[in-house]
Amino acid sequence: MTISNIIFIIVFLGALAFFGFKVKQIIANIKLGKAENRFDRKSERLKTMLRVALGQSKMRARPIAAILHMFIYVAFMITQIELIEIIIDGATGSHRIFQPMLGGLYTFTISLIEVLSLLALVATIAFLSRRNLIKLPRFVKSEMNGWPKLDGNIILYLEFVLVICIFTMNGADEVLHVRSGHESYGFAISSWMGPMFFGGMETTTLIILERVGWWGHIIMVLTFLCYLPFSKHLHIIWAFPNTYFSKLRPMGQFTNMESVTNEVKLMMDPNADPYAVPAVDPDAVPQKFGAKDVEDLSWVNILNAYTCTECGRCTSECPANITGKKLSPRKIMMDVRDRAEEVGAGKRKEGDKFNDGKSLLGDFITEEEIWACTSCNACVQACPVNIDPLEIIMDLRRYLVMEESKMPSELATMNTNIENNQAPWQFSPSDRFKWKDEA
Amino acid sequence: MGELRVPTMAELAAKGQQPDVLFWVGCAGSFDDRAKKITKALVKILNKCDVNFAVLGAEESCTGDPAKRAGNEFLFQMQAMMNIQVLDGYEIKKIVTACPHCFNTLKNEYPGLGGKYEVIHHTQLIQDLFDSGKLTVEGGTFKGKKITFHDPCYLGRANGVYEAPREILSKLDAELVEMKRCKAKGLCCGAGGAQMFKEAEKGDKEINVERTEEALKTNPNIIATGCPFCNTMMTDGVKNFNKENDVQVLDIAEMIANAADL
Ligand code: SF4
Ligand code: SF4
Repeated sequence: MTISNIIFIIVFLGALAFFGFKVKQIIANIKLGKAENRFDRKSERLKTMLRVALGQSKMRARPIAAILHMFIYVAFMITQIELIEIIIDGATGSHRIFQPMLGGLYTFTISLIEVLSLLALVATIAFLSRRNLIKLPRFVKSEMNGWPKLDGNIILYLEFVLVICIFTMNGADEVLHVRSGHESYGFAISSWMGPMFFGGMETTTLIILERVGWWGHIIMVLTFLCYLPFSKHLHIIWAFPNTYFSKLRPMGQFTNMESVTNEVKLMMDPNADPYAVPAVDPDAVPQKFGAKDVEDLSWVNILNAYTCTECGRCTSECPANITGKKLSPRKIMMDVRDRAEEVGAGKRKEGDKFNDGKSLLGDFITEEEIWACTSCNACVQACPVNIDPLEIIMDLRRYLVMEESKMPSELATMNTNIENNQAPWQFSPSDRFKWKDEA
Repeated sequence: MGELRVPTMAELAAKGQQPDVLFWVGCAGSFDDRAKKITKALVKILNKCDVNFAVLGAEESCTGDPAKRAGNEFLFQMQAMMNIQVLDGYEIKKIVTACPHCFNTLKNEYPGLGGKYEVIHHTQLIQDLFDSGKLTVEGGTFKGKKITFHDPCYLGRANGVYEAPREILSKLDAELVEMKRCKAKGLCCGAGGAQMFKEAEKGDKEINVERTEEALKTNPNIIATGCPFCNTMMTDGVKNFNKENDVQVLDIAEMIANAADL
């Protein structure tokens, strides 16, 4: 074992450990949310996951983005095969260990990877220009200022460097291989591009270049891995559980709050004694209706937030946002993630007594935002990974109305009307059937 | 057309009769002047086809939908439980309604509270009437007209009903033109989520204006809807563009009743 094998093993395991550590933290943050049963209807869930996450069915709504995204996605998936080889080579000091074993299949696989990498490069350049030159509206909304914008670009730069490394590695290797008296590897792109770029170089330079490409490749992959937990790019993993656990009910069906059902049943039960002291569980946490902070949301909502890729498809379809209101469903998701990170970190440091005096509602999401929602479900429909911002908006409304009695005054009037007149307007209930006799 | 025949459940129950379907009129359909016309148009269709239906009349009450979407789950469930008591008291099995909000709530949210009914939207009922041959129309006044259909969110996206309204409209010998944002991508009229009952938040445009603008781009003679709230929003939108003399906003039930000379 050479020193470079040892360095490789240390770097590789270190990156893996760090990634595992971060993922554990994220899972803990997701578990900050309240329990909700999304473990039913397993085969339907599996099908949804295969269709939406693996098959990217909802990307089709925007065909050009879908194709470009598909290039990067497929390249990423297929490159994992090559990665296995790189890991074995790196740890044992072998060189292209699969080549003699697989023969023609090897040539085919690497060729495929090369073609896809080139397509991914094209997509990367297109994506970078969409964000920075064309400035597609959904990428330049206010919630994208600062870190989110940088994050989007960093990922694309990494991708760019990664592809360059792959071609440097294969191209230099091709020339070296032939120079040492072998036949060409015959890979689709590097077999002609290698000699073109590297053919005139010294052998020693080429050996260095090949190593630079090889190490660059694996270091980019590991950097990417360690970077994921901090990035919107987490969606490449989280999209799978997220679509699996997504809502299977009709979009229009909101949850009926069980806590409310119990109280309403008690109120409506003619046999219930209104003065009876309810059996009090001394350890019970006082019941809170709706959500003020991330811990009041369901774990699915927080999983949603970590899955959000900040693509802005939701926001670009949102009627409130389109007409200049402050509401942006993407921002709702970004806020939930930021707050979950904050609360999670705080709890790890200070335990359950953690209280920074802040909350999701108020410090991150304002009342003005949530009251602008028409509950139209356009955001839910648009999301390529089945995220549901509307559930969160509704839970925040519930908190405001049922815990703080805070709502636009017209809605307070509407509620009073429903209570008193059984209609949202101030009409007498006895007039409800008058329409029949009116001309 | 003579008197509307609108039996109430109380009347039928007194006679020991049971309707095939309950017509849930809804608050808009009962009180809003514009929506009452839709209610009556639907009754005319039901009468014409001899559908054995009844209404709850003064025993009907708000489904609680706007309260729920406005965050008042208590009020919603109070309303729901009251309504379920009434509906179950009359042993109702099937409900039709002309309001997608009532439709969605009755169909999806009442079962969890014990109210289990087969619930259909009036466009689905009308389609059934056509399919079974009980109802036929000729294009009549709509022949050759350009019609664009605005998908109500709670009918379309929320419940996946896109085809029934379109199939009915296709019976009218008219030209059906789609807006750019239609079906699953349809843009909200701005009324949902209890917005109907409040001023919009600060922005640079009203949602109904944005939507009407899109509808007008198809150069329609008629903007068709299947929801009393969408109807109000689109009607206001058309007025906003001073087009009320050129473009009508009509519910599908009104169009069918008209085409069938009812
Ligand atoms: S449901 Fe609310 S947040 Fe989502 S698109 Fe509609 S208005 Fe926007
Ligand atoms: S919620 Fe979905 S549609 Fe919206 S930005 Fe996130 S990933 Fe994109």
